Amino acid sequence: MATLPAPEGTLVDAYGPHLNHVTPGPQEPPDRLVKTHCCFCGVQCGIQLKVRNDRVVGFEPWEDFPVNQGKLCPKGVARYLQNNHPDRLLAPLLRSSAGFREATWDEALDRVVTEIQRIQSAYGKDAFAVLSGASLTNEKAYLMGKFARVALGTANIDYNGRLCMVSAAAGNRMAFGIDRVANPWSDIPLSKCVIITGSNVGECFPILTDYIWRARDAGARIIVIDPRMTPIARTADLFLPVRPGRDSALMNGILHVLVARGWVDHDFIERHTTGFEPVQATVARYTPELTAEITGVPAAAIVRAAELWAEAETGMLLHARGIEHHTKGVENVLTCINLVLATGRIGKPGCGYGTITGQGNGQGGREHGQRCNQLPGGRDIEKPEHREATAKLWRIAEAELPRAGLTAVELMDAIRAGTIKGLLSISFNPLVSLPDARLTREALDQLEFYTAIDFFLSETARHADVVLAGSLHEEDEGTVTTGEARVVRIRQAVPPPGQARRDWQIIVELARRLGKGDFFPYAEPEDIFRELTFASKGGPVDYGGITYHKIEQQQGVFWPCPTPDHPGTPRLFEDGRFYFPDGRARFHAIDYRPPAEDTDADYPVVLTTGRVVSQYLSGTQTRRIGPLVEQCPDPYVEVHPALAERIGVRSGERVRVVSRRGEVTLPALVVRTIRPDTVFIPYHWPGAQSANLVTHRALDPISKIPEFKVCAVRLERA
Amino acid sequence: MALTFFVDPSRCIGCRACVHACAECDSHRGISMVHLDFVDREASTQTVPMVCMHCEDPACARVCPADAIKRTPDGVVHSALPARCIGCSNCVLACPFGVPKYLPRYDQMMKCDRCYDRTSVGLRPMCATVCPSGALFYGEPSEMAARREIPTQLFQIGKQMVKTNVRLMVSPTTTTLTLDVADFLAEVHHAG
Repeated sequence: MATLPAPEGTLVDAYGPHLNHVTPGPQEPPDRLVKTHCCFCGVQCGIQLKVRNDRVVGFEPWEDFPVNQGKLCPKGVARYLQNNHPDRLLAPLLRSSAGFREATWDEALDRVVTEIQRIQSAYGKDAFAVLSGASLTNEKAYLMGKFARVALGTANIDYNGRLCMVSAAAGNRMAFGIDRVANPWSDIPLSKCVIITGSNVGECFPILTDYIWRARDAGARIIVIDPRMTPIARTADLFLPVRPGRDSALMNGILHVLVARGWVDHDFIERHTTGFEPVQATVARYTPELTAEITGVPAAAIVRAAELWAEAETGMLLHARGIEHHTKGVENVLTCINLVLATGRIGKPGCGYGTITGQGNGQGGREHGQRCNQLPGGRDIEKPEHREATAKLWRIAEAELPRAGLTAVELMDAIRAGTIKGLLSISFNPLVSLPDARLTREALDQLEFYTAIDFFLSETARHADVVLAGSLHEEDEGTVTTGEARVVRIRQAVPPPGQARRDWQIIVELARRLGKGDFFPYAEPEDIFRELTFASKGGPVDYGGITYHKIEQQQGVFWPCPTPDHPGTPRLFEDGRFYFPDGRARFHAIDYRPPAEDTDADYPVVLTTGRVVSQYLSGTQTRRIGPLVEQCPDPYVEVHPALAERIGVRSGERVRVVSRRGEVTLPALVVRTIRPDTVFIPYHWPGAQSANLVTHRALDPISKIPEFKVCAVRLERA
Repeated sequence: MALTFFVDPSRCIGCRACVHACAECDSHRGISMVHLDFVDREASTQTVPMVCMHCEDPACARVCPADAIKRTPDGVVHSALPARCIGCSNCVLACPFGVPKYLPRYDQMMKCDRCYDRTSVGLRPMCATVCPSGALFYGEPSEMAARREIPTQLFQIGKQMVKTNVRLMVSPTTTTLTLDVADFLAEVHHAG
């Protein structure tokens, strides 16, 4: 049973969220400074943690790390307050009549292993599932994939990156044959025109703002496409306030103008791509006037975007979740890539393209086999040669290797339907992060057994039978791969407190108790990393030549890095070759189609969701950090004054936002910085404040990413 | 030229990294000396960070009846000396930039001292080190030459010209900032 073991208030009293604040008064000098990275977002800023008496007590900027040079956002500044926190889980917990009680590791692990074996023998191997996280290090991401396939023998492992950028990943593989941003961030200031579409850079990747504005200082034109005038849009040269869910039409419209005016690079198209003709035929229909009608962006602005892009000698296109969280997420991405390829703006200094990955290890987390359809090295679990290679490496028979399993949202639906009976989760808080939260809660109630590895008791972990106290980012060694595909070192600053254990040690011990210990012979994270790099050799994601030593020497290594003497690859496609046997990039002709749920007379307003700068994802960490919570204590709904007047609310008054799934009541923030037909709610909060009570569970057919960015709602004065 | 502090509100993204980082300082741990406000959130996401501008002839010090506010030869204007400060808040009212704060808990005026504990030992101020968007910058003035905005340190406030140590980045056509609202009123403009 995975219903709550005690009333919610009792659990909150015991396990938080409580707030940790800066301790007033002078500090003793630190014992040491540990050079590591921020635990939030895909930029992975370098930071030095101050350690005294094995506690993280503060930070000092790390100005020598080239990506951020000491810069940090408020999350980075306050990140140290997650350490030494009153809510920190210090021992394994077992569900009891009054909530949870502390248990020994033996008792907790015995219980987990007994339940795994009971469920798998009663219902089959696949009836026990794993939900993993993209905040984990590469080592742990690799380990989770191997643990699920080898120790549990289940097909059903997926991860919360499924809610992040998988549509971009799929689009990149389809067009380029490789899933990675094509350029290092250092190319941004070299660009003379930067298109930013669906990315609230200032709040979600704050330090990249400086890169974009350095481009502007050097004369670049900045084009921002967003339904909201975000901080980065505020000073853009051209702002296209697109109606949510119309991105593919807009990109087709811009490409239409480029084609019509002869501003495409025919030489590049001829020599390095295939499939342009159908694209040309498709975009021919997207005149500025038709595109304006679909997208709500004036025709003149569409033409101007094409002019600015074409006039500039170099150009970069960057996007994030704003175009990816859609039932046509992959299609949106492909239309962006079409624009870049048609103008030959790739593979050169200041010319390129990329998705800005949002999760801490959003890049590495999607490379090493914790996805339901993936094996290490970005290999495909359904490809015979990939299965053979991995099975051989893992010393199991190919037939023993499970096939593709269910994606995160489908997996939760299978739990609700009763086909999956047991769950192990790590660093994933689906009750807050999945769309249509009511269904997620119903699903959790159906589980026969649920165990969570976490450092704080997240809203989802409250439903667990056994909670295994794991490790924070600063309590273990490892690597992550940043949004620019740079593999960097995460350093252990302090040991896990109390009885808590490093995550990978918990997994290795579970494997041993399941009788599979011989397959997991690791003494340190570096042993896992060596196996991971070996496993990736020759695969689509090649870490073959990366070592901890090399990462330290070079301040990060960009993959592909196939051999020990290879320096790594900051910029892709410099030789004009793409990662297909014929070396050619692929165009994809995409016709616009509407979102899964469009507005109508009953639900006339578009809801879109996103982040605020002071919170990170489902807030398990950042909703426990005092200064960050005080910056934005509660969610709100952004409403344009025209819409606010129609429903009769003023700023601060409460508004009920109602969809076909549910409703949420929040204070209105009346602002002219959002389209009048659209409202916005930040998604970091649980329970009655959750934007995901309202959002839609419809999925992209290829990537299975949910459509967080568009659903139909109506607003009522509460 | 000496390392110099620059403020460029046009680059501010309102993230408050500076505000939080300031509160890490040992001399006022837990209390931030950086102000950061939306100009008009309904109209825009524009925010403005405000640190002490370290005036050459600081109004705060001139109006202090207890002579508690000192400017060191390196140009830094300090918080009121605790032993002298009488908590009258004259400085709070007089500062044209709204920087000093009177803290009843300590019965003292406290303000940004440009991270004296850091800058005096060769480190950069915390706020300007962490600022992710370059709205706050401390370093060689030559590094600012690449920016499209230009620095000014002259502010016409009513009839008084204020010269500051901290530079404010303004549009390339402006060298002095006029901060008298009357100058923006149509009738005054026509009268002139």
